[in-house]
Amino acid sequence: MWVVLLTDFFLYLLLAGVGLYVGFVLRTPHLRHAWRSVMTRRGGAVSVVALGFFAAIAILDSVHFHPRLEQPGAQVEYSNEILSVFDVLVGPLRTQIERTYSAPFAYHAHSKETRETPQGRVRVYPRLEYGGAHLENPEQERGWDIAVRVLRGALLGAGVWGLLWLSAWQIRRLRGGKPRPSGEAAIPWWSVGVTALLILMLIGSATQLAGAYHVFGTDKVGEDVLYQTLKSIRTGVLIGTLTTLIMLPFAIALGITAGYYRGWVDDVIQYIYITLNSIPGVLLIAASILSLHVYLNAHAEEYTSLAERADLRLLFLCMILGLTSWTGLCRLLRGESLKLREHEYIQAAVAFGVSGPRILLRHILPNVMHIVLITVVLDFSGLVLAEAVLSYVDIGVDPSMNSWGNMINSARLEMSREPPVWWSLTASFVFMFGLVLFANLLSDAVRDAFDPRVKR
Amino acid sequence: MIAYIIRRALYAIPILIGVNLLTFMLFFVVNSPEEVARLHLGDKYTTQEQVEAWKQEHGYDKPLLYNPEAGGLEQLTDTIFYTKSVRLFVFDFGNSDSGRNIGHDIRQRMWPSLAIAVPSLLLGLLLNATLALMLAFFRATYLDVGGVVLCVVLMSISSLFYIIGGQYLVGKLLQLVPISGYDTGFEAVKFLILPVIIGVIYGIGSGTRWYRTLFLEEISKDYVRTARAKGLSEQWVLFRHVLRNALIPILTGVVVILPLLFMGSLITESFFGIPGLGSYTIDAIQRQDFSIVRAMVFLGTVLYILGLLLTDISYTLADPRIRLR
Repeated sequence: MWVVLLTDFFLYLLLAGVGLYVGFVLRTPHLRHAWRSVMTRRGGAVSVVALGFFAAIAILDSVHFHPRLEQPGAQVEYSNEILSVFDVLVGPLRTQIERTYSAPFAYHAHSKETRETPQGRVRVYPRLEYGGAHLENPEQERGWDIAVRVLRGALLGAGVWGLLWLSAWQIRRLRGGKPRPSGEAAIPWWSVGVTALLILMLIGSATQLAGAYHVFGTDKVGEDVLYQTLKSIRTGVLIGTLTTLIMLPFAIALGITAGYYRGWVDDVIQYIYITLNSIPGVLLIAASILSLHVYLNAHAEEYTSLAERADLRLLFLCMILGLTSWTGLCRLLRGESLKLREHEYIQAAVAFGVSGPRILLRHILPNVMHIVLITVVLDFSGLVLAEAVLSYVDIGVDPSMNSWGNMINSARLEMSREPPVWWSLTASFVFMFGLVLFANLLSDAVRDAFDPRVKR
Repeated sequence: MIAYIIRRALYAIPILIGVNLLTFMLFFVVNSPEEVARLHLGDKYTTQEQVEAWKQEHGYDKPLLYNPEAGGLEQLTDTIFYTKSVRLFVFDFGNSDSGRNIGHDIRQRMWPSLAIAVPSLLLGLLLNATLALMLAFFRATYLDVGGVVLCVVLMSISSLFYIIGGQYLVGKLLQLVPISGYDTGFEAVKFLILPVIIGVIYGIGSGTRWYRTLFLEEISKDYVRTARAKGLSEQWVLFRHVLRNALIPILTGVVVILPLLFMGSLITESFFGIPGLGSYTIDAIQRQDFSIVRAMVFLGTVLYILGLLLTDISYTLADPRIRLR
């Protein structure tokens, strides 16, 4: 039985919007040219591929349903639990839960346990229930087993890559590719291919290893850390995108209205954003989240499941982050429309009797879109990083939700254990770093391509 | 100039009123004091009397905006809005929900915050400007490209990683400084070294990259070409002309955040156990102590507006072409 959570709905909306935008770009020569120049930069091309991988996981993880309960008899019943398509795809990662901590690729638990044997009590490392359980003699076999699996997975990934590459090449040949117009730089297909190959090989190895080992170990309650990190991708991507999606309408509408109409409209809008902007961001977020806590606390009975409650809180977090971050864009747009309204083409439109709202939509909005685009891409990485910090302060996403911030928050005391439990932290930092790095690279490329002030 | 400052100070009043109304709405209108009390006392098994007692103890038992039972001016002053929000304007923060005087706490806790924030800011400024000048000197070489890539990489690492990694490496493995804690007087230095270093390293990525663009912008201007045409050496041009002019945006960027240094850094202070205003705020957030959060929001706003004013003034000092009217 399919379920559409609130954040899922907004993500679908966003996807539809992106789809429309892509169609629009393909039909508009100057936008196509600008996006092409994003892709001709190596950083831009590589990060588009890598971010595509993150986005794919986030989307798969956003298609939710109630699983059917296995029951004898004709009646079909659905579980209360909400799963996503991604959960099904990674099957064993979700279900193979150990008792407690274990290191990456371990076949025994992280700490010793006392066992009763005929010789008396001994302290031993107990074998794990799933990790390396297929090995008869783990000390000797493990290295080989891992190497064989990695190799097999890499070959598998390379095979898929080869097929994709061949089919792309075929399609290009059949369509009879047009020769590149002179003066346009080539897209670095070489880098794109290598990035895709690396990602596919990693996925391949992961699929081969995941069933038999805990690649990133397990956490305190024995959950697979790789699974948690992968699930956190959705949270990170959602916070980075939904926040901007929510704030965009306000920022655009208020910004260009203030700039175009000036006078008292401008004064009112300026007053609103200066007031909001004066409050230090973290404190405004904290104040809003605290008051949301109280609200959720008082209306606890209205939410049927934990997942829905966590989802609502995520959506509110996006709204609150949006509330604090729209002011910057609004100010930029106001400044730009102040400049644009003095241009001859706007004056011509006014002289022809075009109405105010129509001028805003037809003549001002398209000419400030590059600012919007640059801001959206630029904000993404900051928001992903902010999520981690906010969750650490307990004003981020719901504690029951998988997120890098929650992982770091629950693992930060583990470094002081002896020996330290480092894998939870490392895994979340590595994935967060990957997402943020590629987002930063993309935002550089986008800014270079779209910002008219950057000299080309 | 003085007229300008006075006018700007007057502009601040409607903004502060707006902020005050906003926080008042967040804390008292969206959620009634009743619900706040229940949150503090725990969900179940709380009787109505306990809730009332809690409200009375913390002064939440008054009407929100208008008190019809009191007489005269008291109708307006004997309300939650007056006692909790209006009093902030005279920096009377009242007592926290746990009964301590907030104003006293703030005055005591701002010093540790400053002890971290000021050295981090100065060291970071010096280091970032030096690195950026170096990248600008070697512009369009592999060193420059590599430096920028390194900046982007450093920017992409979470601040939490720098703190946790730094604590583990320096504090636990090398055992050079204590991991967390604080002490009064000169003894505090050994607790401050690590947070300051981590703060500086965290800022390198974005700081250096930003300053580099400022330098490069300046380098492409006409007066620099003239200076070179006179036959001045590249070093002389960079230090005498470019650095001095690029310092204007750098310094004004610093002035904005100067007043906010009092507020401290939330994450750093709470990780290193430093009793500054940052960890004060974090504790308040985690204990859901609304009085402190409200006071800090107000204080932060005042300091931010002060920062903007100082920026405008520093522009006129740095660039005599700018006149404030």
